[in-house]
Amino acid sequence: MSKKEWPLWEVFIRSKQGLSHKHAGSLRAADAEMAINNARDVYTRRSEGVSIWVVESANVVASDPSEAGPLFEPANSKAYRHPTFYDVPDGVSHM
Amino acid sequence: MKDLNINELDRKFQEKIDNEIKIEPKDYMPEAYRKTLIRQISQHAHSEIVGQLPEGNWVTRAPNLRRKAVLLAKIQDEAGHGLYLYSAVETLGADREETIDDLHSGKAKYSSIFNYPSLTWADMGMIGWLVDGAAIMNQVPLCRCSYGPYARAMVRVCKEESFHQRQGYEIVTKLATGTPEQKEMAQESLNRWWWPALMMFGPSDADSKHTAQSMKWKIKRHTNDELRQQFVDVTVPQAELIGLKVPDPDLKWNEETGHYEFGEINWNEFWQVVEGYGPCNKERVDARRKAKEDGAWVREAANAYAEKRAKRKAS
Repeated sequence: MSKKEWPLWEVFIRSKQGLSHKHAGSLRAADAEMAINNARDVYTRRSEGVSIWVVESANVVASDPSEAGPLFEPANSKAYRHPTFYDVPDGVSHM
Repeated sequence: MKDLNINELDRKFQEKIDNEIKIEPKDYMPEAYRKTLIRQISQHAHSEIVGQLPEGNWVTRAPNLRRKAVLLAKIQDEAGHGLYLYSAVETLGADREETIDDLHSGKAKYSSIFNYPSLTWADMGMIGWLVDGAAIMNQVPLCRCSYGPYARAMVRVCKEESFHQRQGYEIVTKLATGTPEQKEMAQESLNRWWWPALMMFGPSDADSKHTAQSMKWKIKRHTNDELRQQFVDVTVPQAELIGLKVPDPDLKWNEETGHYEFGEINWNEFWQVVEGYGPCNKERVDARRKAKEDGAWVREAANAYAEKRAKRKAS
């Protein structure tokens, strides 16, 4: 018996036109076409999707969670990027 | 991360748990947490997969086309639930094939309820109503489990399970309000499934060796006995509504506590079934093993086809 396992795929589903694809989960399949077919059966049995993307998990490059602090720190110190940072006079509207 | 020692990492980990911050696959986690999750999620996955077998037994004998289509859809859901869960196990670094082989070698457990036979059509109703009902009671709190992939899988599973329970109760209701023979069939089935359903919540709190740690890690949110009580409280009125009698002479409503009191579970039977001596343990595992062996050529052919296509594309 062949010991070769089918590769792992990450599944992304667009739930309706106008929305972006969202990660739904993963599954095993021999190739991309089979991954799409399996994803249809595993993740859209109740019409949860109108489009499916599959990506071999080995091809996903991820940031390191233990480096999350330094990686995202630059954004944390820049509160002025948010509208609530600014004082505006009471009574001003449409802003 | 390298300059933190294990104690410090463990402390930070528990702090995240206490603050309801989910743990994701690549985050630091103590080995015991990882092992507990691998054990629990793989048992859960195996239960979904083995759970197809008692129902598969009735597909060709469903009383009409509607019931047959529903039963097939439910069985397909169970397969899907198993797949979500095997994927969640893989995120913990467990090997999927080895996990499945552990089921086949008898090393891994699954819910002992599936070691009882499905003898009559009423059992299809009883499994949906009681077994899926008990499963929902267990699984709803797991949607808030501290481990992200398990919690997300449970959200999907719970959404799908509620159809399972309702279709089961519909079958039982139809029988319970039908001819005397049909009612008798429903009652006889309830008599067989009631106690095993209560056992689904696991050993009593006093004998549950994993509960305290699992609750500290927020893998579990309620103890086995709390969930069992909740199940009895909601299920007894459902039985009464359709004129069925719960087979427990000690069952009585306690006005003061607002809960039902119920009789002692036969723990001897429970442990026997867990240890592999239930009515169908051997049959279930044999069926899974046969399915894997019989399907080997399909998996190999799919690999060969994928390789051939990849080669053709490259040239």
